Amino acid sequence: MMLEKFVLAAITTNPKKIPSGTAVFHCDSKEEMEKVAANLEAILDGIAHALTEELYIIVKH
Amino acid sequence: MNEYTLPIVFGIAIGTLSRLFMLRTDYRQYPTYLHGKIIHVALGFIAAGLGTVAGPAIMEEEFTAITFLTLAASQFREVRNMERNTLTELDSYELVSRGKTYIEGIAIAFESRNYLVIFTSLVSTLAYLIFNIWAGIIAAIIAVLISHKLMSGGKLKDIVEIEYMEPRFDGAGLYVDNIYIMNIGLPERQKEVLRYGMGFILKPKNMNARSTIANLGQRQAVLHDLSTALGVYRDSGTPALVPLAKRDLDDGRVGVFVLPQERDIERAITVIGDVPTLENAIRMPSEKNSNEGSGAQ
Repeated sequence: MMLEKFVLAAITTNPKKIPSGTAVFHCDSKEEMEKVAANLEAILDGIAHALTEELYIIVKH
Repeated sequence: MNEYTLPIVFGIAIGTLSRLFMLRTDYRQYPTYLHGKIIHVALGFIAAGLGTVAGPAIMEEEFTAITFLTLAASQFREVRNMERNTLTELDSYELVSRGKTYIEGIAIAFESRNYLVIFTSLVSTLAYLIFNIWAGIIAAIIAVLISHKLMSGGKLKDIVEIEYMEPRFDGAGLYVDNIYIMNIGLPERQKEVLRYGMGFILKPKNMNARSTIANLGQRQAVLHDLSTALGVYRDSGTPALVPLAKRDLDDGRVGVFVLPQERDIERAITVIGDVPTLENAIRMPSEKNSNEGSGAQ
């Protein structure tokens, strides 16, 4: 089976909502989270999707 | 030189000219390269030769000679394979890919055009042999017109209404009208999308059109042609800037989202309207209903 989509990383500002099973990046502010997500998006060739105000995921499509 | 020499030369010339007539490079930019054109003109010349000599073979009652046309069929099937393989290889390097359905459509067109050349040469040579050169010329003109009619399939503007719609964001969700396209999280990327993005709604005119534009290959063809004609604002490693076409499940409308370099709404609508209706995407659910109706009687 070939996976067409895959969560490469998660970026969050809320330490209570830590997803498991993927690389997690903790940030102190929303600005920092956006900056980290933008860098990861470029590095990993993925798309930064916003699930909530506090949680972004980088998905490979 | 015998009585067949001039008709054969005439038939080959007409057939090759008809292949040149059908080998036009348009905005889709294929084939652009000289060697690609030479290959197709050469194959057209061979097809013209095969069609032409069938005429004298019939006149001489050498009917078994006609069987070499089956050889031509297998030869031109190879043309289809060649085009399919080439375009599939090239597709991985396109910023917006053509898609397999579009590639198959192009490959079929290249094969079928050689058969049209055989038909044109055969008809014009026979008319020359049976009547005279003027009859040959008239037959050639009619055959070329028939070929032209057969080679031009339907266009998207025949089956859908196209309307421009400014893309918008609802939270992180990107929408064209009420059709959800994708989730873009970064505000910076959202600004880019709103600045360069264009949205179009394809509204099917009937039930058949609804099924046809639902085909993923047909939608990819729209995105490819649009990106080819207007340019595309993206590079490798920017999947968030990929053009997308999504479907409204309620009414079958398709929302097209693109990021062109040239934001010309009128031109974009024209380009979408001129996208060919792919043979492999055409569905006719209404025919099934009518067949069932006639079967019940």
